[in-house]
Amino acid sequence: MRNRELSSAGPAPAAPRPRAGVRLEVAGLEVRIGPSGPDVVSDGSFSVRAGEVLGLVGESGSGKTTLALALLGHARQGLKISSGRVLLDGTDLLALGPGDLRAARGAKVSYVPQDPSSALNPTLRVGTQLREALRVHPGVVPDPEPRVAEVMREASLEPTPELLRRYPHQLSGGQQQRIALAMAFACRPSLIVLDEPTTGLDVTTQRHVLDTVRSLCRSYGVAAVYVSHDLAVVSGLASEVAVMYAGRIIELGPTLRLFAEPLHPYTRGLIGAVPSPDHAERLAGIGGQQPRPGGRGPGCSFADRCGFAVDECRARAPEPVLIDQRTVRCLRASQIGGGQAARPAPAPGPEAGGSSAVLSVRDVSARYGQTPVLAGIELDVPPESCVAVVGESGSGKTTLARCIAGLHSNWTGEIAFRGTPLPRGARQREKDLLKRVQYIFQNPYTSLNPRKTVGQIVAQQLEQFQHLEFRERSARVVQVLEDVSLGAGFLSRYPDQLSGGERQRVAIARALVVQPDLLICDEVTSSLDVSVQAIIVELLRQIQRERQLAMIFITHNLALVRSIAQSAVVLHAGTVAESGPVEQILTRPADPYTIRLIEDVPKLAGPERPGEPASG
Amino acid sequence: MAAQSPAVSRAADPRARGLRRHQWLSVLGAAARTPRGAVGLTLTLFIVLIAIIGPVVAPHSPDALVTTEFAKPSGQFPLGGDFLGRDVLSRVLSGGWILLVMAVSATVIGVAAGATAGMSAAYLRGRSDGVIMRTVDVVLAFPQIVFALLLLSMLGPKLWLIVIAIGVSHAPQVARVLRSATLDVSERDFVKAAELQGMSPAKILRKEILPNLISPIMVEAGLRLTYSIILISGLAFLGFGQAPPAPNWGYMINENQVGLPINPWAVLVPAALIALLTIGTNTFSDAIARVAIGVERRPEEAALVTDLGPEAGE
Repeated sequence: MRNRELSSAGPAPAAPRPRAGVRLEVAGLEVRIGPSGPDVVSDGSFSVRAGEVLGLVGESGSGKTTLALALLGHARQGLKISSGRVLLDGTDLLALGPGDLRAARGAKVSYVPQDPSSALNPTLRVGTQLREALRVHPGVVPDPEPRVAEVMREASLEPTPELLRRYPHQLSGGQQQRIALAMAFACRPSLIVLDEPTTGLDVTTQRHVLDTVRSLCRSYGVAAVYVSHDLAVVSGLASEVAVMYAGRIIELGPTLRLFAEPLHPYTRGLIGAVPSPDHAERLAGIGGQQPRPGGRGPGCSFADRCGFAVDECRARAPEPVLIDQRTVRCLRASQIGGGQAARPAPAPGPEAGGSSAVLSVRDVSARYGQTPVLAGIELDVPPESCVAVVGESGSGKTTLARCIAGLHSNWTGEIAFRGTPLPRGARQREKDLLKRVQYIFQNPYTSLNPRKTVGQIVAQQLEQFQHLEFRERSARVVQVLEDVSLGAGFLSRYPDQLSGGERQRVAIARALVVQPDLLICDEVTSSLDVSVQAIIVELLRQIQRERQLAMIFITHNLALVRSIAQSAVVLHAGTVAESGPVEQILTRPADPYTIRLIEDVPKLAGPERPGEPASG
Repeated sequence: MAAQSPAVSRAADPRARGLRRHQWLSVLGAAARTPRGAVGLTLTLFIVLIAIIGPVVAPHSPDALVTTEFAKPSGQFPLGGDFLGRDVLSRVLSGGWILLVMAVSATVIGVAAGATAGMSAAYLRGRSDGVIMRTVDVVLAFPQIVFALLLLSMLGPKLWLIVIAIGVSHAPQVARVLRSATLDVSERDFVKAAELQGMSPAKILRKEILPNLISPIMVEAGLRLTYSIILISGLAFLGFGQAPPAPNWGYMINENQVGLPINPWAVLVPAALIALLTIGTNTFSDAIARVAIGVERRPEEAALVTDLGPEAGE
């Protein structure tokens, strides 16, 4: 079972192995709910060559994680792998008995989960965990110590005794993820499955982790499957990409071709929804929702959201066809032809606002308990304009938003709204002030009370601030729901009957119904899929223009800034690194931190980025 | 801007939607449909039925001396006579409702007081939290029955005092459980959103937080009801209950124990009724707890939720 040939590789990675052909071959993989329930994943077929990375992309609920876990012969509770083959170096993993499968996992197939902080055992030192990964497969190496040091170096970690003695919580997120990578590569597996391993990481750390993955796969001829919702990340890493939708791979092909000329309408829409830091543009989302398992009709799952759909699409499910080196599941793929991804029209250029600021922040410092989070922040929001506050996690951007809103009261300095200084906490603020500054939360899954209907949630906001007759109030609620493209049909729905994007619209409607002067949007799209993110950003942009609102848009995603804001403030470790018009910051950044941030943003591009230094 | 039509969204079962407004009903319904819940509910309803219609259908007055002391069961007196020659069946049928009324009242008092204290402590934090929870710790330091006996011996054996004593002694446990449940809910953003609307803390507790605590409150209520029944019948056994001629299941066990070898039914029947009632309420509240935390959810459903539920991402 074990890969002795590979385990004998010397301490320094040898020259890249010659392309040993196909390592992983998956055919007809199907996962169902229960023994005979609806399918979650069906007809999953692809292959990966040694040393190459296959990107598995899709939005939430597309079944990408389920498919990835099935490659390890694993199905979550309640799910069952009902048919298919996973051939790894000629052995069908799904045909192995429980004992053989256990021996194969870790040694031949390994897995890197999304969240390293929960994947590593918090009570064991990282050295112990690394050694353990080798000890459970005693045939791999006789003595784990040299191998531990070796894989740590490969994962760009210095194998000092001091680091090995640390516990996971004493490491940064990036270090934790590299430990998880080192563990996964420790036994020199043939296949490695990575499930969104960089989701929680900063762009810079993310780039280093991706570089590590790429070089390790090359050096050891490992076939890798990289699951992600982030198209830009995948485009820089994978040689082939499989796009999943409603449990099926709807387009599969070489990365460059697929991103340059997507064939499937869904792929097109998805690529069009990705914001780019290079040009200001309207973002085009994909309306509607992915059907859930059991709710998928006889025809193409995407037909209801597809602009190219004809009657035939709804009648029969498309079989995969081969066009231009790619496998596509679309009846009309050949007629639509490989057009450019729907690159939308450029957004209207920034308009300079008036002179006196709606909100001005002067020398604000904030702390949590004794820990300083913000120091000397300066910020102005001119009328009718949007200011983006950009920063990585831990930069203090959310704290700044919460200070302005009054949710965090441990701050010093001055925040003035229309020239009047604001009291620190929301409790000390006048009703009228609370009404005029509205806050939209990051996560629409916790910001709406699950026990209230959409109508109650929005109406409550009005009741708190204005005494209106019942009819007048209802009319306003319906009006604002229509403004956010929801409509009166949503009045009696509960939040858990809504998708993430719909929930965030309700949250936006709740803020807008009282006609605020200033809207604070705290990472409002970070928990949404990219196609929904595009719709929400576009909605906010329109509303901001139409209602001439002042807006603060907090985000970690530099690429979004251009689509929505006229000026930007870059936060770094609680201080302002740089501020100015968006155009200037993105094209001629002055601060070294901003420059690095912009460079590290993954962009939709070819798979190679030659000439860049390896992670350090 | 493509509008998402309502038809595209998951359509909800209309019946389920009607129940959502009254979440406690849907939880009760779901619990009653599990095997465990069905058994518990049937047992409880059976005993409750006896206690309620018993006084109406009793063949004799519970106080009338109609037969001989510890008479064996006979056609006219199916459960025989008690230590004074009264009909055991009539006394059993008449002696249950007072226990139920007292147990339910004590539970309502205990859960209401405990929930208010626990929720306020968790939401207000700081000094209020300290003061409330230390008070709770002091009450918690007394064993429940000792606390009740202490109050009764000081103020005399009055029924309302028993109810209050037991209710107060329940409050600390309820407060502890609901404090931790509230801590979790009050961290969510919709509570912050209500704060930004300038809502008063009392209103936030009532309108935003309470509706999200229905499940733990119901579980607590079921558990405390079981304890109330045990404590009240225990106190009645010790003589703290209605004045003697009145029938009472707890006190019947006490007054008839000397005749156990002659007519065991005078002791066994009230004892069995108390036991079945507590088993019933406890089993049913266990079913509620399982439904509430999702243990009784079918694995397929659970998988759907984890697999396809929203990615609560960063």
